[in-house]
Amino acid sequence: MTRVHDMGGRFGDGPVRPEPEDAPVFAEDWHARALAVTLAAGALGQWNIDTSRHARERLSPKDYARFSYYEKWISALADLLVKTGVLRIEDLRGQGVDEPHPLAPRKLPADAVARVLAKGGPADRPSNIPAAFEVGQTVRTLRPSANRLVEGGHTRLPAYGAGATGRILRFHGTHVLPDFSAHGLGEAPEPLYAVAFPASELWANPEHSDDEVILDLWQSYLEPV
Amino acid sequence: MPHDDHDHPHALLPPEPALRVKALETILTRKGLIDPAALDEIIDTYQNRIGPQYGAKVVAKAWSDPEFRRALLDDATPVLSEMGFYGRQGEHIVVVENTPQTHNMVVCTLCSCYPWPLLGIPPGWYKSDAYRARAVREPRRVLAEFGVELPKGTAVRVWDSTAEIRYLVLPMRPEDTDGLSEEDLAALVTRDSMIGTGLPKVSA
Repeated sequence: MTRVHDMGGRFGDGPVRPEPEDAPVFAEDWHARALAVTLAAGALGQWNIDTSRHARERLSPKDYARFSYYEKWISALADLLVKTGVLRIEDLRGQGVDEPHPLAPRKLPADAVARVLAKGGPADRPSNIPAAFEVGQTVRTLRPSANRLVEGGHTRLPAYGAGATGRILRFHGTHVLPDFSAHGLGEAPEPLYAVAFPASELWANPEHSDDEVILDLWQSYLEPV
Repeated sequence: MPHDDHDHPHALLPPEPALRVKALETILTRKGLIDPAALDEIIDTYQNRIGPQYGAKVVAKAWSDPEFRRALLDDATPVLSEMGFYGRQGEHIVVVENTPQTHNMVVCTLCSCYPWPLLGIPPGWYKSDAYRARAVREPRRVLAEFGVELPKGTAVRVWDSTAEIRYLVLPMRPEDTDGLSEEDLAALVTRDSMIGTGLPKVSA
């Protein structure tokens, strides 16, 4: 069983509402602020991208559904700051102290922003796990979709893709495994593949017999057929 | 097996979202953990500098230069890196090409993964529940909501960005564009055409 964020294939969300290409990047000033605070806090180095994704996924289903996009970001950030010990509950209550924090020397200065954003954070790592599958090979995904180490933990196999048969389309190299990385269990890099699934393998009423969905999946999500 | 549930301290902050952001920004600033000037710099980067004009440049070059196109489709990241298009949320880029046989479309059903160095911050609809839920199951109905109808013989490939690979769609070059400069071609490339929910503009 996964969490509320795992919505691929779900019914009932209504139409997609396209926006003009020249619409503002941030519809509200606080959207921009939420993004910037999140990135700047991330630069303190107290968590990784998988941890921060999981913090959003851990919002209660009620909050996840009613919060707008950047409300999820800012609320998950507050949760993560407390969980990692950067802030205390009293700080969020407005009862904290305003003295410099031990992590203040790690603060992202304005003149480092361009460099840090341009540097990014690549996820490929050397791994001693050899690729078990070749391009073109038929594979099946695990079922159910779930983190196998932490109950309710982070994973990147969507529920709609669990237990499905597909074929290896592309080998992406060896990448950090989010199921470990999100929980401080190390990076556990392993082979990552693009896997193609016929729409008919995933949906009861596919729109077209030739349509496919491609998922990027780690080797441990897959078994040979 | 360890469980992964905990309290939700965000509820201690003001519920109104703009105030919630402001409250957290204030707490972090007072403790010396973030610099408001750095926030301005981050916002300026994504509001005014990095955006789909970069992706359009890449597409126009691929339409004009067959060798570049081949290199881009073969291994995009080093090629783009050389052009200065690398960075956060664009560390591993794969470019997928539309053909008369295959139309590509990109989604992130689990969150909102998107190639920032090429397209900037994703539009609201890309992050919406409706797009995330439906793009994988009924891409043609979603395309119809963007005014796109594909020929019956064209298959749809939906790329669900479940890892750190970021996908850019290379749309088909519009007809009657022979002799156009890269700059003129770039003006035909829309953001949505590089996500796969739109097509390039028709040449004037």
